[in-house]
This record gives sequence, structure tokens and C-alpha cells, in this order.
Amino acid sequence: MILVQQADFDPGLELEQLRKRCAGRAGAVVSFTGLVRDLNDGAAVSQLALEHYPGMTEKALEEIAAHAIAHWELIDAVIIHRVGPLAPNDRIVFVAAACEHRKNAFRACEYMIDTLKTDAPFWKQEDTPTGKRWVSDRNIRQT
Amino acid sequence: MVQLRYFASLREALGTGEEQVELPDTITTVAQLNAWLQTRGADWQEALGDPRLHTAVNQSVVKPDAHIHDGDEIAWFPPVTGG
Repeated sequence: MILVQQADFDPGLELEQLRKRCAGRAGAVVSFTGLVRDLNDGAAVSQLALEHYPGMTEKALEEIAAHAIAHWELIDAVIIHRVGPLAPNDRIVFVAAACEHRKNAFRACEYMIDTLKTDAPFWKQEDTPTGKRWVSDRNIRQT
Repeated sequence: MVQLRYFASLREALGTGEEQVELPDTITTVAQLNAWLQTRGADWQEALGDPRLHTAVNQSVVKPDAHIHDGDEIAWFPPVTGG
């Protein structure tokens, strides 16, 4: 399941719905939740704006989830990414993989968040004390 | 006609996010279209000349020698920073 939305999401609810969709077939669910930090590349961040490419974003996320499902034999996968204005400590991204066994669930979850960071058309703009700035890819640090 | 789209820092540098243009017959690839747009002025030359930009045709990332056709949507954008 792929969602690109401004609204916040509830990781507990998403995990519960994923568990119910898998109805006894899954032995493991691994998830990742990404949060907005208040410091990036040496500057305080008071707000973040997430821009994306509507249409291509959903297509890219669908491809990432489909590859993960096929490669690690997942029962189901979830990717949720927020867009628009966000504040420090807000949830920004959620990825979950449900599988028969834990190893593939861990690997698929890591693959989906790593690939999302390099392949899905999202761009972050930060509000800092010296003004707005676009996050450049070289400044990205692992969450 | 083709639909052109620009995102993030590129959109800001160009002062526009999307436009429709009539392609000259001589332009058949992404690289040729990029070079043609750069002739609009110094701002366009600097912004679209950035070698780090990615190009997508009909919402799939392509290489500069990719062919373009009437009705296509062509987008340029800086490296992505989501997640």
C-alpha cells in the first residue's frame, strides 16, 4: 500500500491494519518511522517543506514496494510519505514489510527506505535562522 | 506540444514550475531540448546546465539521449532528498 499525503499517520494503526491484512500468514512485521530533526548540517531547523512530483512519486513508490514484495517474498508492504509543511519531531515517512520470517522482513524494510531516499522524487526545503535552504543530497545523513 | 516541468531549487531558479512549448522539428532528444531551453538566457543556461540535474520523460528517469515526442511530459529536477 502506497500513500503520499499531507496529513499525519498513526504507525500503530498502520501496523494493526497490516497485521489484519496478513491474517495469520505473516510471522514477522518490520517497520521504520522517519522523523524530522531540529538540526541538520550544523543549522537549527524550525520547519521543513516537502515538495514532490505528483504522479511520478506514487509510481516510484509502487515500483519500490513491488520490487521488495517480489524479491523478499513479502506478504504485504506499506510506504507512507508526507508532503507539505512539517515541524521538528513530526513523522515524515513510514515503511513496513510483512513476511513469513524476520530476516526477509528486515532486509525488505531497509531496502525500501534506502531506495526511497535515492529514487523517489521528493525534495526538502528547510527553514533555518539564516533563511530557507534546499537540502542538497550531499547533506543527507542517515536517519 | 510538450509539457515541461521543473521542481524544487530548479523551479525557483527559473521562476516557473511548468509550461507548454511547441517543439522545433530539429529537437528529438532530451539533451537537445535542454540545450534549446538554455538559449533563453543566462538564468536558464546556469540552471539547466547543472550536470547534477535528473530528467524524467513521462515520469520515468531517462538519460540525455532519450527521445522525446509530441505530447510527452519532460521534467528536470535536482537530486532527490526525501525520506
